[in-house]
Amino acid sequence: MTALPAPARRLPLTPLVVALAAALLGSLLCGVGLGSSGLGWGRVLRYLHAGLTGGEIRADEVSAYTIVWELRLPRALLAAVVGAGLAAVGVAVQALVRNALADPFTLGVSGGAAVGASAVLLFGVLGSLGLWALSGAAFASALAAMVLVYAVARTPQGLSPLRLVLTGTALSYGFSAVTTLMIFSADRGDAARSAMMWLLGSLGGANWRSLPLAAGAVLAGLGFLLFSARSLNALAMGDETAIALGAGPDRLRRRLFLVTALVTGAVVAVSGAIGFVGLMIPHLARMLVGAEHRRVLAVAPLLGAVLLVWVDIVSRLLLAPVELPVGVVTAVLGVPCFVVLLRRRGHVLGGA
Amino acid sequence: MRVEIEDLAVEAAGTRLLTDIQLRVGSGQFVGLVGPNGSGKSTLLRCVYRALRPAAGRVLLDGTDAHRLDPRESARRLAALPQESGGEFDFTVAEVVAMGRLPHQRATARTTEADREACATALARVGATHLAGRGFRTLSGGEKQRVLIARALAQRPKVLVLDEPTNHLDIAHQLEVLSLVRESGLTVLAALHDLNLASAHCDVLHVIAGGRVAASGPPAAVLTPGLLAEVFGVRAHRVPHPETGVPQLLFDRLPREGAQA
Repeated sequence: MTALPAPARRLPLTPLVVALAAALLGSLLCGVGLGSSGLGWGRVLRYLHAGLTGGEIRADEVSAYTIVWELRLPRALLAAVVGAGLAAVGVAVQALVRNALADPFTLGVSGGAAVGASAVLLFGVLGSLGLWALSGAAFASALAAMVLVYAVARTPQGLSPLRLVLTGTALSYGFSAVTTLMIFSADRGDAARSAMMWLLGSLGGANWRSLPLAAGAVLAGLGFLLFSARSLNALAMGDETAIALGAGPDRLRRRLFLVTALVTGAVVAVSGAIGFVGLMIPHLARMLVGAEHRRVLAVAPLLGAVLLVWVDIVSRLLLAPVELPVGVVTAVLGVPCFVVLLRRRGHVLGGA
Repeated sequence: MRVEIEDLAVEAAGTRLLTDIQLRVGSGQFVGLVGPNGSGKSTLLRCVYRALRPAAGRVLLDGTDAHRLDPRESARRLAALPQESGGEFDFTVAEVVAMGRLPHQRATARTTEADREACATALARVGATHLAGRGFRTLSGGEKQRVLIARALAQRPKVLVLDEPTNHLDIAHQLEVLSLVRESGLTVLAALHDLNLASAHCDVLHVIAGGRVAASGPPAAVLTPGLLAEVFGVRAHRVPHPETGVPQLLFDRLPREGAQA
């Protein structure tokens, strides 16, 4: 057997996490400070301070304050939450199905969410729910998709990785067909456009009310994943190895499926289907710190959060006042960075 | 720790894979399973390390039913090297060995000094300390097998179960792996392909054929030309090893029926 290159040198974890946390704070500030309405940094910081401490705002500043406190801040925070969630779920799904090409959408959950979201955007389904209709429908149909995928993929021997991937992918095609059909049969062009926008991801609907649920789901999910990180290592080596190490792969896989589907559903419900993050951030994290899941799970959510905050900034500013779909910007920004890293670090292909 | 297998039977999809297996591995013994492909060796081992639930019978570790133990508790007593390539994730050797500590660790606990010590000792035992920082996937077959043995040793088990541990290894590495296992002093149950290696390393051999134990006993008593013809369908000649006297086997194809007459 010819020797493959040794793994690239790994970065020490603690300084990296501290640096990424600092970068995230800085990015969030930029997310609040940068925008098309030309507010200076001084005013932005003052409004932030006022919002945090409950300070007073002059009457003529209310609209500018609203932009900072009611629009930009929750939006930047939501971008961070969504990025962290997608990255963490990506790590988990790749270990769950033991496949480096898997991402949060492989299991068909987001395809299901898209069906619900499109139904609301195109036909006004669930109109009585008002503002909650979109995310509510997306989350509900994500859960329905999860149950369907689970029911189809399950065998008496448990959930096999290959069956999960195949079932998820096959049903995703089905969901996508339904969504496309709905878009084509919509008689209003602008509705079709907003459905497309949703499908490519958008944080435009961010507000303080959409934040806590998504943040709670992501934090709880991340907590569970960190708790299971050592078992994820064993699972990644193979089911027999996991059994021999007492990690109980069947039960672990069932739980992982449930947790990843719930987190994906909660995230997709508030942001649409943002691709790339969940696939590439886990690989990026492994290039930096290796494959060990406690390390990967410490780094990947921070990377995902930073990336998505910046993606959102770019999507707002590039063609302002027109907003670009987040999914498009993720790919435009992320792909070149990823390719450069992949080439530079002599990464073992398929090895992460 | 001794292993006893009582009246074991395994079924899958309505087919009987193992029937009425009785087998005993004394504490500290090295017991080998030999038999043709598909005879049920791996199935039997998978029952022992709990990847399969038997349809009947029990696997006892010092008298305790292994399948009734908590999975982690069982993994603290018994370590296994399944036939598995190790997936596509790029773990380092140190990380692979550290997985052996899983049954000893609480999910939320940090890695302790005892964990580190167990891993370092295990790596040193198999002579792989210098590989610690290497990527597991970049190792040669022999190095990989040594590292996996180190993972099993880091588990600090009493019993070691090995499924074809010498597969795909060159002869030097085959001998090395078996002597590492032998020197571990653990109770060992291993499926082995090479009958001469099995004969030289095992205290007791069980020949598995058609899901049953066809013969049991010390290698010299078990590996007779008659049994080898019956079970493996080969003609075997026994010659004593010139130095150790251990019986070694030379093989020919069995003459076709009627061809000799």
